[in-house]
Amino acid sequence: MGRIELEVNGTRHELEGVEPRLLLVHFLRERLALTGTHIGCDTSSCGACTVLLDGKAVKSCTMFALQADGRAVTTIEGIGSSAELHPMQEAFWAQHGLQCGYCTTGMILSAIDLLRRNPDPDEVEIRTGLEGNLCRCTGYENIVKAVRAAAAAMAAAQPVREAGEPPKSPGELLEVGGSR
Amino acid sequence: MIPATFNYFRPHSIEEALLLLRQGEAAKILAGGQSLIPMMKFRVVEPKTLIDLQGVPELAHVMWAGGHCTVGALTTHASLAADADVRRKAGVLWDAANALGDPQVRNLGTIGGACSHADPSADYPAVMLALDACFIVAGEKTREVAAADFFKGTFETALGESEILTKITFDAAAHSAYVKLEHPASHYALVGVAAVLVMSRDTIEDARIAIGGLADAPFRAGGVERRLRGIKGNDGAAIKAACTGAVTGQDVRSDVEASAAYRTAMADVIAARAVGAATRPR
Repeated sequence: MGRIELEVNGTRHELEGVEPRLLLVHFLRERLALTGTHIGCDTSSCGACTVLLDGKAVKSCTMFALQADGRAVTTIEGIGSSAELHPMQEAFWAQHGLQCGYCTTGMILSAIDLLRRNPDPDEVEIRTGLEGNLCRCTGYENIVKAVRAAAAAMAAAQPVREAGEPPKSPGELLEVGGSR
Repeated sequence: MIPATFNYFRPHSIEEALLLLRQGEAAKILAGGQSLIPMMKFRVVEPKTLIDLQGVPELAHVMWAGGHCTVGALTTHASLAADADVRRKAGVLWDAANALGDPQVRNLGTIGGACSHADPSADYPAVMLALDACFIVAGEKTREVAAADFFKGTFETALGESEILTKITFDAAAHSAYVKLEHPASHYALVGVAAVLVMSRDTIEDARIAIGGLADAPFRAGGVERRLRGIKGNDGAAIKAACTGAVTGQDVRSDVEASAAYRTAMADVIAARAVGAATRPR
């Protein structure tokens, strides 16, 4: 049995008695009751279980909970609230980027990681950027529209920098230079 | 799916990892886990001891010294895919890092893990062969293994039971590219071709062409390499002719994803595309 210390959605957790073979997705759903992270294929194909690990999208069905020791995990519960949705959630809602909703939480977290790397993706870049997530309702058209809308909303919300003014923080530099 | 039980260790140095590997019962190294964990969930492999290398962060790096590159085994596909120097100086590796798996797999999966796993449908083995890469292996003694000797067959490498791949080194390859025909569901290569060219102005002086995805292990296409010499880089018809019969004499695999005849036919097409892409500046 192992001990794990990690941050989930900004809250620190220290847990004893974590079985090494416990997958991160089961840890999140069963130990922390964060059931917004879904289990779809359970074989690393569908992306329904996607969460952010230190800000990067990973499949939580293909990672042991102990591997997340010392790291920060963000699930769908951690990006917004009912009162104040994340711009990506807002865009999925407004553009009808979901049908049954099963893939949606993973799709949204993958899309957030995509915009971190490429803040202004075109349609092809969105489709290839989300190739690790499957929607069995085949609602891809509106998912692509939602990501485009979220990219526009998030760009508009960025504080505009005066010409010649240096970036305010290293984090901001990363945001701007993050596309490949 | 729940894997069989195991003991988990997270060593803080390669020496400690090697000790655990020698002493642990049925021990396995865990890098990004993107191949190993699915296999453990299917119980295809049931290690009793799992040694997680993430506590040895000095294994994750890309360093250039002159025209020579050293890549740490724990470097993720995503960091290679986002590396502008890798794109410019080793396009063949950059292409493969971008084409492999999907974004989530690339965020966790590592180059060392993928090479040690040696899936016959993986992308890196052909790339390593075309780069003429050298594998630095830690064990009782540290040794170097050439890519040509490293990949032995399906899931089989030159690594001993108590050895760990720590680094991969290769020379810059400005004229290089990797192109694959992937299975649309699995993203694995039905055929993948890595091309590294030596260009003199617009003429191909020399070529290393390696093909993966269709045999037990990647192989060099010697006939194609010979026929490419002296061809102009912009002569598409001559490149296509040189790439015809790319896999002649090889034991090409037939499986549920593609027949041997289809793989054989596509190898010529993909080889010509890879060579064409390698002639163009990145």
